Amino acid sequence: MQEASNEDPLDSAASNRTINIVVAAALMLVAAVVMVSSYRLGAGWEKNLGPESGYFPFYVALLMFVSAGVTLLQHVLARRADGEGSFIGRGELVRVFQMLVPMTIFVVLSIYIGIYISMALFIGFFMVWNGGYSPYKALPLAVLLPIILFVIFEIWFLVPLPKGPVEAWLGY
Amino acid sequence: MDAFFSLMHGFEVLLTPMNLGYMVLGILFGVLLGFLPGVGGANGIAILLPLTFSMPNTTAIIMLAAIYWGALFGGCIGAILFNIPGEPWSVATTFDGHPLAKQGRAGEALTGSLTSSFIGALAATIVLTFMAPIVADLALDFGPPEFFAVYLLTFCSFIGMGRQSPFKVVCAMMLGFAFASVGTDAVTGGIRLTFGTETLLTGFHFLIAVIGLFGIGEILITVEKGLHFEGRSAKINPYVVWQTWKKLPQYWVTLLRGTLVGIWLGVTPGGATPASFMSYGLAKRFSRNGHKFGTGELEGVLAPETAAHAAGTSAMLPMLTLGIPGSPTAAVLLGGLLIWGLQPGPLLFVEQKDFVWGLIASIYLGNLVGLVIVLSTVPLWASIMRIPFSIIAPIIIVICAIGSYTLSNAPADLIFMVMFGIIGYFFKKLDYPLAPMVLAIVLGSQAESSFRQAMIGSQGDLSVFWSNGLVSTITGLSMLMLFWPLISLGAGKLLQRLRGRRVREIETV
Repeated sequence: MQEASNEDPLDSAASNRTINIVVAAALMLVAAVVMVSSYRLGAGWEKNLGPESGYFPFYVALLMFVSAGVTLLQHVLARRADGEGSFIGRGELVRVFQMLVPMTIFVVLSIYIGIYISMALFIGFFMVWNGGYSPYKALPLAVLLPIILFVIFEIWFLVPLPKGPVEAWLGY
Repeated sequence: MDAFFSLMHGFEVLLTPMNLGYMVLGILFGVLLGFLPGVGGANGIAILLPLTFSMPNTTAIIMLAAIYWGALFGGCIGAILFNIPGEPWSVATTFDGHPLAKQGRAGEALTGSLTSSFIGALAATIVLTFMAPIVADLALDFGPPEFFAVYLLTFCSFIGMGRQSPFKVVCAMMLGFAFASVGTDAVTGGIRLTFGTETLLTGFHFLIAVIGLFGIGEILITVEKGLHFEGRSAKINPYVVWQTWKKLPQYWVTLLRGTLVGIWLGVTPGGATPASFMSYGLAKRFSRNGHKFGTGELEGVLAPETAAHAAGTSAMLPMLTLGIPGSPTAAVLLGGLLIWGLQPGPLLFVEQKDFVWGLIASIYLGNLVGLVIVLSTVPLWASIMRIPFSIIAPIIIVICAIGSYTLSNAPADLIFMVMFGIIGYFFKKLDYPLAPMVLAIVLGSQAESSFRQAMIGSQGDLSVFWSNGLVSTITGLSMLMLFWPLISLGAGKLLQRLRGRRVREIETV
């Protein structure tokens, strides 16, 4: 891959070791929640019916808890903190959030105001803000793509996508 | 010979204008998905699946499978011209493919990789044609214990064959099983793990997981790297193609080895990506020109591509005969079968002959047509790739969102898609494997059902998994796979000690 290499490699926002520990701990937490929930449901043997509903998820979560625990210990006990390298640099972290935040807003907006308007806003915003295009260049794509997709999905294939007040105003 | 006649019948099914048309459409779409980073075979098929609900089953599977072949072909274009693998299985192709392109031999590299892909796929399809009926026949006798043993073998293979930490493999896999358990319990109909919410009653749809893990996760990783495309021109003409084809026979050993590695890893659930790396590694070790690998050796392009394509194709064998997919993409196809109301497994070969053999025939033709289409349209794809990522990325996300929503018209699926995207991003960066997780989500409820049915049948006696020759063999193999990391560690230590002793003996002499 061609990487933007003008960043200082030492400028790490988090080490692999830290993130490995955090993720393993999170997995242990999820496993614990599943175990408790399945145990309450019944994780034993029901007469004539075989294993109860919670049986399979309980043991699945138990295995997950143990292996996440081992992973956690492996990384906690690793001798040198910097031996595993950097998980993400500061510049990289910024770029990931530049994508993740607009994407999340787009997804949440689509549920409330419909996907077509949201995608126009999302594509237009991303091109201008992230790609550095002038709004005049971003506008045609941001308007045309939703219209094309609208024709394909709502009219041609008759597959309904989330719609909001604007589509309702247009009669859909 | 039966298989041969069935295949001929399959071609009859395939050769209608509608089926052929959708096949070509699928290939074109697949190539596009294959070379764009961020969308691939698995989530491309997942996104398009809802559009096939109104088609006849056979047409739908032919188109969706064609997307897979197209994606397998398309991956190498970006890898060779731009040094950007569109798919994980093209990573090994960049090692020698891109250096060749830098030397101005892009045409040679592309011809070589596409042709060797075709050879790998063809060999795997022949194996599929003649082995599938035999395996399906054998599997007709399977009961719940046998099926659970096969599931066990599938998942233990990931532990034994994965290059990741076995603990991380187990973690990812079990997380997949946990996701699969959410919602309604398939055996008793009870509700579980919904934590009182209505949204979780229907559980997590595995296609949402695929779109999130592979699509959104991949996009996040791609933006993090801050890609900028630096393409090499793709001059490809009949003369270059012919010159390259003339060179291929001398690499027959590499091609054969790649095919065998690919078929093996495709049938056991290794998949195309490990197959391509393993084949590249073996070729580097055993080839006379091995020391030149990485500087632009044609052989280094042929090895991974043959294996990747052979693996991708042979992954269909366990998917069709046992209902156990050999790769995430095959898993998505399997999901399609379930949605269309077809039960994958041995009975498919008895009850749905048109469907099975039409599909197998389409693999032969699809790969041939794919080869011709891709060879003749390389410059077109290369020009699409010059569209800046800040335009492509939001469009890919929009397409992923549409695909997620259309599956069941549930707004919550959009949120789940982002959630799986974030999981995919962390898992991929920390070397938690995604393939076993996806397979666990797909197969979770079936694996659980077969386990519980086997337990009900034996009244809770675990020895049912050792009760006859067939099931004991499969269970035994699973245990071998499960403990393989330990066994190989032990063997390595033993070997080291033996060597050490010999060194000491020599020293004392």
